Amino acid sequence: MGLIGSYRMRLQRRRWRLRALWRRRELTPVQDRTAAIRRPDILACVCLRNERVRLPYFFEYYRKLGVNHFLVIDNGSDDGSREWLADQPDASVWTTTASYKRARFGLDWQNWLLRRYGHGHWCLTVDPDEFLVYPFCDTRPLRALTDWLDASSIRAFAAMMLDMYPKGRIDEQPYHEGQDPFEIACWFDSGNYTIKRNPRLGNLWIQGGPRARTFFAATPEKAPALNKIPLVRWHRSYTYVSSTHMLLPRGLNLTHDDWGGEKASGCLLHAKFLDTMTLKAEEEMQRREHYAGSAEYAAYRNGLQAQPDMWCKWSEKYINWRQLEILGLMSKGNWA
Amino acid sequence: MSLGFIMLCHTALHRAAQVARYWAEAGCPVVIHVDSRVSARAHDKLVRDLADVADVRFSRRHPCEWGSWGLVAATLDASETMLAEFPQVQNVYLASGSCLPLRPVDELQAYLADRPRTDFIESVTTADVGWTVGGLDRERFTLSFPFSWRKHRWLFDRFVDLQRRLGIRRRIPAGLVPHLGSQWWCLTRATLSAIVNDPNRARNDRYFRRVWIPDESYFQTLVRVHSTRVESRSLTLSKFDHQGKPHIFYDDHLQLLRRSDCFVARKIWPQANRLYREFLSGALADQPRAEPSPGKIDRLFSKATERRVRGRAGLYMQSRFPRDGWENGRTAQPYSVFEGFADLFEDFDSWLSKTIGGRVHGHLFAPDRVHFAGGETIYNGCLSDSAALRDYDPRLFLTSLIWNTRGERQCFQFGPRDNQDISWFMTMDPNAQISVITGAWAVRVFRAKGEFSDLRREAARLQKIESDHIAILRSHHAKARVRIWNLAEFLENPMEPLQTIVDEISPNALRRLAEAPRLADLTGFGRFIQDLRNQGMQPTLVGDIPLGEDPAPATNRRARPYLVK
Repeated sequence: MGLIGSYRMRLQRRRWRLRALWRRRELTPVQDRTAAIRRPDILACVCLRNERVRLPYFFEYYRKLGVNHFLVIDNGSDDGSREWLADQPDASVWTTTASYKRARFGLDWQNWLLRRYGHGHWCLTVDPDEFLVYPFCDTRPLRALTDWLDASSIRAFAAMMLDMYPKGRIDEQPYHEGQDPFEIACWFDSGNYTIKRNPRLGNLWIQGGPRARTFFAATPEKAPALNKIPLVRWHRSYTYVSSTHMLLPRGLNLTHDDWGGEKASGCLLHAKFLDTMTLKAEEEMQRREHYAGSAEYAAYRNGLQAQPDMWCKWSEKYINWRQLEILGLMSKGNWA
Repeated sequence: MSLGFIMLCHTALHRAAQVARYWAEAGCPVVIHVDSRVSARAHDKLVRDLADVADVRFSRRHPCEWGSWGLVAATLDASETMLAEFPQVQNVYLASGSCLPLRPVDELQAYLADRPRTDFIESVTTADVGWTVGGLDRERFTLSFPFSWRKHRWLFDRFVDLQRRLGIRRRIPAGLVPHLGSQWWCLTRATLSAIVNDPNRARNDRYFRRVWIPDESYFQTLVRVHSTRVESRSLTLSKFDHQGKPHIFYDDHLQLLRRSDCFVARKIWPQANRLYREFLSGALADQPRAEPSPGKIDRLFSKATERRVRGRAGLYMQSRFPRDGWENGRTAQPYSVFEGFADLFEDFDSWLSKTIGGRVHGHLFAPDRVHFAGGETIYNGCLSDSAALRDYDPRLFLTSLIWNTRGERQCFQFGPRDNQDISWFMTMDPNAQISVITGAWAVRVFRAKGEFSDLRREAARLQKIESDHIAILRSHHAKARVRIWNLAEFLENPMEPLQTIVDEISPNALRRLAEAPRLADLTGFGRFIQDLRNQGMQPTLVGDIPLGEDPAPATNRRARPYLVK
């Protein structure tokens, strides 16, 4: 990419940052505890709507990994999520009823919070149904990873989204509050992913998994992207471009090795396919606030009605990160 | 006789304090150097924390940037303090603030007492080290390095280039032979005081001040001048990765560290509470002990480096996506591709799977769907049989299949009716064993019912595709194991090629092929080929099929004798 291309990227980055600056008006603080953030803290940035039942386990999971403070944007929940969040001693909560879609699916808001509070911190940007798994996560806290990344001069850590699903119909086993969702949705696809390079931003574009095979078998190019870079040592000049799939400046997207080696990476276990999903798909179809006219949800709704079982005899049952490492879904890199 | 420790501390001072206390309470004097970039508050806290311990001293502070002279200056000052204040100290051990003793001090003392007048310091001539990062070895000693490698990389590199171009060389002081080695050593009092009180010290210091990374060469070089006995290894267990960055130990390395029998390890993650608790508690005292054997840890870390540098062959994933030619193995393991065999033989799949015991698929790249073995709709790793999904990325489809089935050989059929996008990839893959009977598609065309003009058109189409494919296979870039016969040639003696292929797939099978696959009925095939010719199409890939006489293999013919194994 030449000078002009680089400059164009810079302009684009500025555009997203200005947009974030503009959209911050839409956020009203509910509970601001950001004064408690200390210099070495690891922050989590979450945007959600009506996820009350999932929240307790989500918070418990990330607290245990060592997230020190949660920055949460509540997009007009009416199920008590906001109240529950405001009660958490390590969470700062903002609320908005503005359009999720027009805030680029919440990204403008998140970019703003990251810019305002994330500078100099390791920031984890996840959805409430995404659970980070990284090498040695059973014995080493998140801080060990971020310290190692710092020592290795790595600014961004990739974690591919791994769709987890239950055996049988997804509404067969109800999820109850506080439960580990992977007690129900403990299966995943181990080796049916496609990878393409994005020459413009340098990131990889990963598709596949159970969603591609059950809902998008005829139109694979429409299958959702699974590549994510959720953990970044944030600088106020950074910005997410499209969900957490890619960032600007482009250097942050180079989380893969081009010369045969393996860089360290993790997985985001995606607990979307629970009984809560059917309700959600219904609601999102009405709101039409999701990506590409909620086409994904439309596909799910049709798929869920027609062919509810994503499980097959080749599905792998989740055990731990080492299993994902052996299967080649993530890598330790040179971290030992 | 006693052992003294010098500790160079930069961060995590509370851990350094813990370790210093442990050593001092075991009767070993400790001299601590704190990086002058550490805040006065943190420094004072460390001093306060250790105020109640008798034999702890603090030496003059220097800024200790990585690879700078400050580290050596700090060590020299601390050594002077140690030698001056603790006349009973006979050995001096240089450690860092992130070191952790793995064995009780008296064991280390006993170990040193058994080896009197020995200096433990890794010291290797520049010609013999393979681990220098950045390609500078001898030049570390002959060029000047006024710019920081960490902070001003560009200036650093340009200045090195400039000196190389101008041929500027520094003279190495007389009597010094440059040696390199790990920064962490254990020297005897005699050697250390000889180095510190060297009559040429001012000259040496002036010279090393401009050497690159002097902390890895100052003592390593001078020890060769003053020592009577150098044991060229470090007593500190310290491993570096391919970037020259030390590997870090965590709680889960506990057993590994215990069994290494090393005396001191570095570097420990400051929050590895369990390691600090276990090793500083003194609970490990009465264990049978052996020579330090860091072999297991070496293996662990060299495997990690290997993974980072070369990765796993045949794996394409989020953090390993090699460019063309950089795969270190395009696929995970060998596989076989059969072209034309399924057209020529009936039930070739089941015959082959019975013969070799591997997995035999049908046409994986067929246009309608993926023909997995046994007609499965989903295969290993949840690969779908959808042709659209496969054609979205045929390369990754194939590499995924081979990766998912590691440990079991995959065979599949291929032909001109299939998606040809995969041709180049297989041809360039040394793991592919590709066996082709050219023109065998004609058998299927011949046996199909239909208008002759349609058949002729189909034959022409397939022949065009196959000749393009054969051209790829014959390209000089090909790395696959390729065998090509034309149909006529193959029919003359089908058993021998089959035997060769099967032998290659399972070299340990002792028996010769007992049962041949059944040939398709070829009555009238010669006539059909002639008809094609008569219609103006030249079926070149089929070979020389004689008219009228239907091809049939000579039965029980053995072209070459096989050794009875």
